[in-house]
Amino acid sequence: MLILFLLTGCVGRSHTRPGTLLQPAAVSIENKGSDTMVNLALAWAERYQQVNPNARISVSGGGSGTGITSLISGTVDIANASRRITEEELAAARQAGFDPQEFIIARDAIAIIVNPRNLVSNLTLQQLSRIYRGEINNWSELGGEDREIVRLSRETNSGSHLFFLESVVRMGEMDNNAIFSASTLLLPSSEGIIAEVRDNPNAIGYDSLGYITSDVKLVGISSLEEPMNFILPSLETVSNHTYLLSRNLYMYTLDEPEGLVKTYLDWIMGPEAQEIAHKLGFMPVLNE
Amino acid sequence: MKAREEKDGLVINGVIRISGYSSILFVVLILFFLLREGLPALTNIPLRSLFSIRWYPIEGYYGILPLIFGSLLITLASTLIALPFGIGTAVYLSEVAPPWLRDLLKPIVEILAGIPSVVLGFIGILVFAPLFRKMLNIPTGLTAFTGAILLAFISIPTIVSVAEDALNTVPHSYRQASLALGATQWQTIWDVTLPAAKTGVLTAVMLGVGRSLGETMAVMMVTGNAPLMPLHLNSLFRPVRTMTATIASEMGEVASGSLHYQVLFFIGITLFLLSLVINITASLVSTKARQRSERLLS
Repeated sequence: MLILFLLTGCVGRSHTRPGTLLQPAAVSIENKGSDTMVNLALAWAERYQQVNPNARISVSGGGSGTGITSLISGTVDIANASRRITEEELAAARQAGFDPQEFIIARDAIAIIVNPRNLVSNLTLQQLSRIYRGEINNWSELGGEDREIVRLSRETNSGSHLFFLESVVRMGEMDNNAIFSASTLLLPSSEGIIAEVRDNPNAIGYDSLGYITSDVKLVGISSLEEPMNFILPSLETVSNHTYLLSRNLYMYTLDEPEGLVKTYLDWIMGPEAQEIAHKLGFMPVLNE
Repeated sequence: MKAREEKDGLVINGVIRISGYSSILFVVLILFFLLREGLPALTNIPLRSLFSIRWYPIEGYYGILPLIFGSLLITLASTLIALPFGIGTAVYLSEVAPPWLRDLLKPIVEILAGIPSVVLGFIGILVFAPLFRKMLNIPTGLTAFTGAILLAFISIPTIVSVAEDALNTVPHSYRQASLALGATQWQTIWDVTLPAAKTGVLTAVMLGVGRSLGETMAVMMVTGNAPLMPLHLNSLFRPVRTMTATIASEMGEVASGSLHYQVLFFIGITLFLLSLVINITASLVSTKARQRSERLLS
């Protein structure tokens, strides 16, 4: 009976601000969140630890939502997110007595990819939206071969999923309540999407530009305003804002950063870290 | 001296008793925890919405039927595949194979049981999915069928080792009597040995079913995870989303206590109840079979 009481007691209390106890001893940093940003965060952590052997930075993925949830429950110091923190998450953090701080640390493009054998090279935003809403089901409707379209997406805990839902499926319209077709395959990793697109001529998928390999085909996207002007994602089209599906990448801390967390974030915004981001296919934030 | 031995015995008895009772305690605690976190879903979400066919929790669609039927579909399919192979292998090992071959094969089957499911998932993604897509001419290889094949791989070793043990416990005199009456080896296996080991073989199958129902990682990697309701026969060759994959991929992001969180725990309750039903059925059937055989023998 005592054990039962203790166990239920622990579960009920696990979310009451453990961060306050951990704060002073920040010689190590827990960094978790967006899978899009894992490679980037790892590269940064490795380089930083080479320069500062005393610092310990551990990086893990799991998705933007997972990262922010862990931040609020006090298990990580910095959350990576490929989307902004939501109102609900902000409210949850405030309720726990925190004031989350936002840092834009790079820019990224969401690339639309198909199999190299696919004849379709360009899609309007509207066509893309109708594909993922389940209204266009065959490549022949888009000038391709007579093949059923296989839609691939990341899982719902991914920042990319939410970005895609808002910017593509709902075409950026606030009052649009469209959702993904139920037949959309929800794959747990970026690699899963690339592997399936590489192998399957029926598939269409999306992924962060930094992850795209040369054995899949990028699709040009046009905006609603200029439907005939198809633009491929590249560092250049992302930085001059002509490519439609680009977004900021964020890091969040629970409160105003201090100690190692602060020096690390300052370093990330500096030229050396931004150069690393550029090499990995992300757009540095310095040029903005 | 004697008093001390008695005392030791009491202590050891006590320790064993506590570990026995603790397993009951843990099951009760798990059930209590599941119910406490999951049952509010029943009152907070209208039943018609909870038992609908659209699952998209981040926008408030909480229909769990596609997930339940997705799990049932691949569990059923994998059992149908694993059953003949598993029991066939067990019969071969126990009744037909020469001793040297059995000594070679048995450890290999046990190694197969030890392969982590995530490794099988990789093989599924890289080998089976592309292969099935081309062979069966279906839009994508990430389907319920691919999942069922992998699950069969995972549950066969369990079925083989438990069923083989059961066959080995059948007294030798049964087989000798049958052969002496002029039955062939095949008739002996089919009409004497297997029926005599029925309880154990059934337990083996049920363990295999439980293994399939609970498997997460391999299934998540190869079934495509689209929450489609499996309504037709060809749903087997379409993507599905299982209960386990849903809990695994969504539990990390949900805010504790939210509706989505409660529904995920409710799915956990459903899984718990399903495996409970499987276990109870298995033990009911096996006690019934035992009673019958005892009656026949007395």
